[in-house]
Amino acid sequence: MADKLMTEDEVVGRLRSGMTIAIGGWASRRKPMSIVRAIVRSDLNDLVIVTHGGPDLGLLCAAGKVRKAIYAFVSLDTIPLEPHFRAARQAGAIEDEPLDEGLFHLGLQAAAWRLPFLPSRAGLGSDLLRDNGALRTFTSPIPRHDGQAEELVAMPAFRLDASICHLNRADRRGNAMFLGPDLYWDDLMLQAAPTGGRFISAERIVETADLRDEGCIHQLRISRMMVDGVVRAPGGAHFTLCEPDYPRDEAVQRAYAASARSPEAWEEFRAEWIDIPEPEYQRKVRQALSERPSRVTGKQGESEPGPSGCRSGQATRRSPSGPLRSSKSGEHL
Amino acid sequence: MNPHVTRAEVCVVAVAECFRGDGELLANPIGTIPMIGGRLARATFEPDLAMTDGEATLVANDRAVVPPDERVIEYWNPYRSMFDWVWSGRRHVMMGASQVDRYGNQNLAAIGDYDRPTVQLLGYRGAPGNTINDPTSYWVPNHGPRVFVEKVDTVTGIGWDRAAALGPAARFVDVRRVVSNLGVFDFETPDRRMRLRSVHPGVDVDDVLGATGFELVVPADVPVSRLPTPEELRLIREAIDPEDAREREVPDKA
Repeated sequence: MADKLMTEDEVVGRLRSGMTIAIGGWASRRKPMSIVRAIVRSDLNDLVIVTHGGPDLGLLCAAGKVRKAIYAFVSLDTIPLEPHFRAARQAGAIEDEPLDEGLFHLGLQAAAWRLPFLPSRAGLGSDLLRDNGALRTFTSPIPRHDGQAEELVAMPAFRLDASICHLNRADRRGNAMFLGPDLYWDDLMLQAAPTGGRFISAERIVETADLRDEGCIHQLRISRMMVDGVVRAPGGAHFTLCEPDYPRDEAVQRAYAASARSPEAWEEFRAEWIDIPEPEYQRKVRQALSERPSRVTGKQGESEPGPSGCRSGQATRRSPSGPLRSSKSGEHL
Repeated sequence: MNPHVTRAEVCVVAVAECFRGDGELLANPIGTIPMIGGRLARATFEPDLAMTDGEATLVANDRAVVPPDERVIEYWNPYRSMFDWVWSGRRHVMMGASQVDRYGNQNLAAIGDYDRPTVQLLGYRGAPGNTINDPTSYWVPNHGPRVFVEKVDTVTGIGWDRAAALGPAARFVDVRRVVSNLGVFDFETPDRRMRLRSVHPGVDVDDVLGATGFELVVPADVPVSRLPTPEELRLIREAIDPEDAREREVPDKA
């Protein structure tokens, strides 16, 4: 039976410069930040990043790791525009392949289904066809009911080398679940990447038999058949939001955003939050989280709806002592 | 109740009016005053509208901002589900616009040359797919000549001239209205150029023309945007937006 547990650095060891990598989550939500930081510290470069962009893309831009960005938007949610990404674009430092959000979905789906493209109306008439040279238009081979054959956009399948996502819970084999309100595109990203290049990190690693008690079965949406490596990463999405385990750390996000002001400010942020060993980072996160009330309020024995709206299971199983403490199964930092 | 109606409250009613006649579809107004205006439409003359909480559920509450455990949830609507509504033509979105031109082309992506922008903005987001598939309106809280421009730098959401050039492929395009802090605009003209539909109380037509970077179609008699009814005012102030978030988005100058 495959045990896929590995470290962030082992994930980085399986990546190569020049690769096209999809990063899960959405804007500043449930991003695999501990792996992104490991990439920043590595000697990888020349990367093509496919993302519903947030600080993942911004950090990699600031560190000079990005050759091209493929995205429909880049935002930090509470800070609407991503300052490091903007700086890279305005300096002409990266290539740009913009997309419509729906086309982004089709690019992943086409790759997952091993199709060359999927059709859409999105993009017709807009400047997307001017700014994204990968898109094509074609006349539908199937006429409509009125006999007319309409013009459509062909969205090419993404050609991914790797995908990296952060989930709330996982087992060692790669089954995983989201506990917040939205899976985003994580499952499709993992299905769109080739075998050998599909990595997840998770807040907690639990026994397979315990997965069903962590939430609803409907949230168990990542199968081990989609995953090649699992990283134990409590706090791994910090400073992005990771409901219901922890909210966004707005103070650290503000410091991150402010570090786009000058090269000196970036070097300062980098020294404080990036170029440090992971245990040191985790210690700082624990400290930050303990200094304010947690949103994880479920008490033992009660069955309150969590942010995900799930009434069974997770609320009673959640540790009341905070998201980064050891869990029932002996999980520890 | 204070009888003075603020500019923000006039804007809320103008937004609500954009959704009149929509029936049972996903009204998706993005922004503070759009969210309030959409809920006002549903609480009064369009009771079958469906609306999001801004994240992953469709909610039935009148109140615009509701704590998670007080939300009346009708449907789980993760981001991916949005495309089922968009592509099937069951959504009327009201988006923002960093730039908008006389045919209703919108720019959310970048100011200046796209390849090396002077200002990088959000990106194309969902604008190409929204505008080619569904009714679309826009909300501009800061009407000025840098927003209402002769020509947008990048067309993210397509306008009526682009739709005309596409022919039948653009049969679902329906750029409805633009609501700003100064007035209401539509495209109900023979060549689909933007028309001044009404000015908000206290705004002169010349104020609008001076704040607009292209030639608007101006009827001989420009109506004044309607005021909220007493019941609408009560709903806005007490049920939908008791925190007065609307007044922070468009401060009252009267």
